[in-house]
Amino acid sequence: MDTYALLLAATLNAGTVLALAALGLLINEKAGIVNLGAEGMMLCAAIAGFATVVHTGSDTLGFVAGMAAGALLAALFGVLVIWLGTNQYATGLALSLFGVGFSAFVGIGYVQARLPERPQFNWLGLGELPWIGPALFRQHPLVYGAMLLALGLIWLLYRTRAGLVLRAVGESPQSAHALGYPVRRIRLAAVACGGALCGLAGAYLSVIYTPLWVEGMVAGKGWIALALTTFATWRPARVLLGAYLFGGVTMLQFHLQGQGVQVPSQFLTMLPYLATIVVLALISRNPSWIRVNMPASLGKPFHPGA
Amino acid sequence: MPRLEPRPTPSRAWAWGSPLLALAITVAVGMLMFTLLGKDPVRGLQVFFWEPIKSPYALGELAVKATPLLLIALGLAVCFRSNVWNIGAEGQFVIGAIAGGGVALLAGPQTGAWLVLPVLLAGVLGGMLWAGLTALLRDRFNANEILVSLMLVYVAIQVLGYLVYGPWKDPAGYNFPQTRTFEAAARMPRLMAGSRVTIGLPIALAASALLWVYLFRTRGGFAQQVGGLAPAAARYAGFSSRGALWTALLISGGTAGLAGALEVAGPIGQLTPYVPAGYGFAAIIVAFVGRLHPLGMVLSAILMSMFYIGGELAQSRLGLPKSLTGVFQGLLLFALLACDTLVNYRVRFGRAA
Repeated sequence: MDTYALLLAATLNAGTVLALAALGLLINEKAGIVNLGAEGMMLCAAIAGFATVVHTGSDTLGFVAGMAAGALLAALFGVLVIWLGTNQYATGLALSLFGVGFSAFVGIGYVQARLPERPQFNWLGLGELPWIGPALFRQHPLVYGAMLLALGLIWLLYRTRAGLVLRAVGESPQSAHALGYPVRRIRLAAVACGGALCGLAGAYLSVIYTPLWVEGMVAGKGWIALALTTFATWRPARVLLGAYLFGGVTMLQFHLQGQGVQVPSQFLTMLPYLATIVVLALISRNPSWIRVNMPASLGKPFHPGA
Repeated sequence: MPRLEPRPTPSRAWAWGSPLLALAITVAVGMLMFTLLGKDPVRGLQVFFWEPIKSPYALGELAVKATPLLLIALGLAVCFRSNVWNIGAEGQFVIGAIAGGGVALLAGPQTGAWLVLPVLLAGVLGGMLWAGLTALLRDRFNANEILVSLMLVYVAIQVLGYLVYGPWKDPAGYNFPQTRTFEAAARMPRLMAGSRVTIGLPIALAASALLWVYLFRTRGGFAQQVGGLAPAAARYAGFSSRGALWTALLISGGTAGLAGALEVAGPIGQLTPYVPAGYGFAAIIVAFVGRLHPLGMVLSAILMSMFYIGGELAQSRLGLPKSLTGVFQGLLLFALLACDTLVNYRVRFGRAA
């Protein structure tokens, strides 16, 4: 019973990394921009956050540094894509490739570094409850933060004027432009927000979840987060659920290894990637379903006055 | 405030000028980085652009690294020209290496040199199989090829890990995760003594010429590209988009797999966990910097190979981490994409007319 309580807790923890990044990417995509640079942004943010905590001892500053790194890289991507009209796929790919190299380069001195003792939490003293105690009351504040973020996004996107404008920019930039909205600036803001959230995810990974710095430690989570927005048919609540589901798959792999299941570890490591492929295929099978839910101008460039 | 003004027709001069400008920007940023790191920037330039070409041996090493980059990029160019976003060439390379390596392991001391052919063929088929998975999922299930091909990279690397840590591990290898070294018969013949250059180089150059003929002199190659440029026109002309998808992925899987087989049966000589060296990702940059043109990609493969060798030398000579290579490769692609704006736009200063 204890194992399962801990497994559940670990699932939520692992899902938080994916949820933060995928919700960020959702904001991008609602504004019509696909940023394939998620992996690179997360890696750079992971090292930025980790190094900041090593030097200052403050987790909060680490998260801020991670968010700043993600937002900065995303802004660079945004200027290229939105103002210079470069191809979104190619530019995002460039960001990912650059991020992999740059984070490895900057992080070389931090491979052996250790963080101060990691904080423990026991909210309301309920952490000892059987089954749900560890999952619900012993988590890092950002685990709850990710849940609140999903709720906040639902409210923002579907209950506020700002959300309506954001969606309009993603569905039909021409109409939004004709109504006088600064489409390109709105898109840049969305891209920077998305980058900041990917950055927060990266910093959470290196500062809280792992917690250490290893070259290439994001290990495809940025790409899985990208896939999650499609799985979730661009709905925040489903993004959150999907992230926990994939967190569960990741944890299952460690759990099975711990149970001494007689399967080579490499096959267990494959699980999250194979699961991504399978779910992606199942969800995408019905093209009309994707078409109805996808922001209509996703990935398409917009030139005002053209 | 400078403005961008669309050109009536894309500038041919900038189409070739932009990669050069991008390289200049990358070099400038690189020199700045060297200065900030307290290293002599001129020495840094030397390490990246002079040492790799200063002796026949160095040139050979340059060719050794340029070969897989070129082969993979040639296949990717077909994909990108057809608007198929295969970014999992690294995985196709790994599976090609496994397939080729598997055949090479069958060789005994008596096997003849004919084995080289089956090794290469297995590499091609392995790569095609892996890329074919992406094509199948895209074709039958409409699954995004970017994500599927990339996820398959991680799967391929785990398959390799399983084999070299498990059933294919060399029993006499002191428990290192690696296979036996391949028999001489299974190794790629070298072109000359004193250099590691193998028949891979002429194969890659021939593939480059073949691609030129295919893209610019055959109906199939034309149909392939129309689908990428103008899907509606391709449909009207009766060119099958499904056919284009499969062709693009199978060709690029085949070349990446071939590169994998050439690599393990050539410079490496056995399967190890270090077979995936990032060539599949660097080749994406090679393809774009080379303008998806067979000749351009020969040049950009050489350039990217310089970055690899320069990175290694920067580590041994200047005490800088080898990952500098990745930084410069990424910078180059960024700079290129930005400079490409000049192909379609003119920069104007002052107020709009």
